[in-house]
Formats: sequence, structure tokens, C-alpha cells
Amino acid sequence: MSTTPIEGQLAEHRAYLLRFARLQLRNDAWAEDAVSETLLAALAKPQSFANRSQLKTWLVGILKHKVIDILRQRQREVQLVDDDGDGSQELDALLFKADGHYVSEPADWGDPEQELNSRQFFMILEACTEKLPAAMGRVFLMREWLELPSDEICKELKLTPTNLYVQLHRARLRLRECLEINWFGTKPNAMS
Amino acid sequence: MILRRTCKEAAALMVAREDRALPTLDRIALRLHLFACHACPKFERQMRLMHRAMQRWRNYADD
Repeated sequence: MSTTPIEGQLAEHRAYLLRFARLQLRNDAWAEDAVSETLLAALAKPQSFANRSQLKTWLVGILKHKVIDILRQRQREVQLVDDDGDGSQELDALLFKADGHYVSEPADWGDPEQELNSRQFFMILEACTEKLPAAMGRVFLMREWLELPSDEICKELKLTPTNLYVQLHRARLRLRECLEINWFGTKPNAMS
Repeated sequence: MILRRTCKEAAALMVAREDRALPTLDRIALRLHLFACHACPKFERQMRLMHRAMQRWRNYADD
């Protein structure tokens, strides 16, 4: 089988791109579309890069545009459903007593430099993000991964600013809880 | 008592400031709470680590 260098290089990044597209779009078919379009765009206008990480940065840049296009096209399907029953009250009760004190103190998460150099830490972070409810996860990643301004996210998803902040707030609390349980190991064997 | 915050309220402010600027009064109240509280600075360090992790993640430095 013969692959030209650029095709080989692109294939190398496909899995990475797909992971992020899935995480953001929460729909396998859309994610496949976004990645295919990204790779096609890259093939149509190949550029040479000094190293692997530059190529990856370029590809992710294209992917983000494709993902935003899909979110726009699918606007009606990605708008938030009413999710009062999403367990956020329960999460609060897990962390705080009625008087506003912690049920148990937040754990010491150790040396940031060391944690952030751990490949496994990012795998857990990814798994925790994946566990967010779909609509909440999309909003969170539109902000944190696509880096869209708040007003644009509100416009795309027809959210009020308050609603947006509530979603982001819940997402952050859930992620913190998930990381505490699954990475920092205060309650072992809780990954499920 | 206008500057008094419970841990739950302080934690909510620390999460909120990831996404928007806090009103001055809340900022001061949070700072005072962090001085006096033993547990909340830990929560603050956690939020900071998450912040930096997300930064690295989106800058593809994670693999």
C-alpha cells in the first residue's frame, strides 16, 4: 500500500481529531463528518511543516472551524433542553452541608507542574468531560476548547447569559468532583 | 456582615470568576474569606489547576 507522506501524516492525527470532535459535538456521525472535511481541506491545500506538532496545530485549527459550522447547521438540535433534573442539587449537597461548610475539605491536588505533565491526568480530564451531560458538555467546550466569546455562544444556542453561566458553573463543579474522585483518589475505585 | 461569605458561597464565586468578572464587593469578600478559611484555599488551588489544565489541553500540549 502506498501512501504519500502527507496522507500518512494526516492519518496519524485522525484519532486525535476525532476524539475532540466527538467530545464537542456529542454525535459520532457529525464528528466523522467534521474530521473528514478537515482532512479533505488539508489534502486540498497541503502545507509543509517543520514538525509534527505544527501540523497538528494547523489541523486542529481547521477542525474547530468545521465543528463550529456543524454546530450552526445543527443549531436546533443542539439547543439546550430543560435540565433541572440534572443532579446539580445533589452535587451541591455532596460538597456542602446546609450551613455552607464543606462536608469534607477539598483534597490537596499536589504539585500542578507534576500533574500537568502526566498523560494520564489528561486522559482522566477527557473522560470526566465526556461524562458531562451532552448539552452541558457542548456549552463547556464551546467556551474552553473552541474559545468562543460568551455572547456568541448565547447567540448560537439561544441562551440567556444567566443560563450560560449556570451551565458553565455546573460543568466546572462536576469536573472538579470527577477529578477529585478519579484522579486525586480520595475515594478510590469510584470511576464508573 | 455585608462581606461575610460561607464556604459554599466562596466556592461559587471561585467557580464564577472563571467565566466572568466578579463585582468589586464579591471580590473583596472572597479575598477576606480566603484569608480566614482553611479549606477554601485548597478549593482555589484546585480551580487554578483545572484552569491551567484546560489551557494546556486546548493548546495541544497534552500528548
